[in-house]
Amino acid sequence: MKKWQCVVCGLVYDEAEGWPEDGIEPGTTWDDVPEDWVCPDCGVGKEDFEMIEIS
Amino acid sequence: MTEQAPIVIVGTGLAGYSLAREIRKQDKDARIVMVTADDGVSYSKPMLSTGFTKGKGADGLAQADTEAMAEQLNLELRTYTTVTGIDTEGRRLLLGDESQPYSKLVLAWGADVIRLSLPGDGLERVFPINDLGDYRAFRKALKPGNRVAIMGAGLIGCEFANDLRNGGYEVEVIAPSDAVMPSLLPPVAANAVQTELQSLGVRFHLETVVERIEPAETGVTLHLANGEKIQADLVISAVGLRPRAQLARAAGIDTGRGIRVNRALETSAQDVFALGDCAEVDGHVLLYVLPLMACARALAKTLTGERTEVSYGAMPVMIKTPCCPAAVCPPPSDAEGSWETEQDGTHVKALFRNAEGDVLGFAVTGRFALEKQSLSKVVPPIHS
Repeated sequence: MKKWQCVVCGLVYDEAEGWPEDGIEPGTTWDDVPEDWVCPDCGVGKEDFEMIEIS
Repeated sequence: MTEQAPIVIVGTGLAGYSLAREIRKQDKDARIVMVTADDGVSYSKPMLSTGFTKGKGADGLAQADTEAMAEQLNLELRTYTTVTGIDTEGRRLLLGDESQPYSKLVLAWGADVIRLSLPGDGLERVFPINDLGDYRAFRKALKPGNRVAIMGAGLIGCEFANDLRNGGYEVEVIAPSDAVMPSLLPPVAANAVQTELQSLGVRFHLETVVERIEPAETGVTLHLANGEKIQADLVISAVGLRPRAQLARAAGIDTGRGIRVNRALETSAQDVFALGDCAEVDGHVLLYVLPLMACARALAKTLTGERTEVSYGAMPVMIKTPCCPAAVCPPPSDAEGSWETEQDGTHVKALFRNAEGDVLGFAVTGRFALEKQSLSKVVPPIHS
């Protein structure tokens, strides 16, 4: 499982946790996150997230 | 044979670094030089008004230092370097006694905060916060329990008011308008945000302005036009931003409210481009994140050989007031129609509809803020 971070606001999408508020189940890989999903904090799209090191 | 001059980007804010990142997705090898007047530390300006809420100081808001950015993006960074002019004929950026040749030049140097020239002897307690360096200076001056007066009730003034209350500071907001964020929000949504900020303990002094700031026994006294006097330890000036265009204008580049560019981000000078808070893109001056990211993506393609026009979709603006989350997509300024409101206390959903019933804009607060994404898909794009 990987983590992805919004380059604008730093919000982290953790594949292990998903984003249940937007109907994205825990364990959803980044590739399977819908293309129109946007950062819940700042509104930028998937293309503005970058993979980050697993801490 | 001489080596081809690099792509030169002026400015290492969100616009400059986002563009560099996008260029690298297209071209790993193109030579890029970035020039910045500051230390080049990467940070996200919209996050400056979230420090206390997120429990971060100025260093915590920094995302990566200069060396890391230069290495990660494989580029040359010239820090503490002030641009003094642009020689568009000679394709050189003038840096005082030096110059930097360019093949393509990108102006991404942002906007200036508007500084009020107020009388009084207490002005050294006034902090405009326009970049990480300003924020660092403000945080250094701020002491626990301080009273902070904020001039301006726009997006930045309101976000700082909420964040400083979350940090435990006394907050007073002074602004000439009769509502918060008058240029962004319809009155019903503005009232909702103001009400929640007041519940949080923010005190508003609207429909008046600060006339002068004088030293007091501790801190300063702000004298308002309505006769009130406010005691504060520090003052934040958040009265607005103005795109930086002077140097471009001096170089003969066409400017309006900002540096004028078309949808391919081209200025009137050949091989000179602009994006971000300094740019007026196809007539739009939008000092927000989403337009900037859209521009960075399009321009990166243009700079790497595939001329691409930016296409603005709906551009919702997120208002980071956690006590009353809000989002707004203002209708076009010339749109005809009216606001239709659903309201439950400070939970507001306002839709701007034209005579045909089409939704042209929206403002949502409180629990309705969750609908911002679905509403953004209903609103027509800026560029259709």
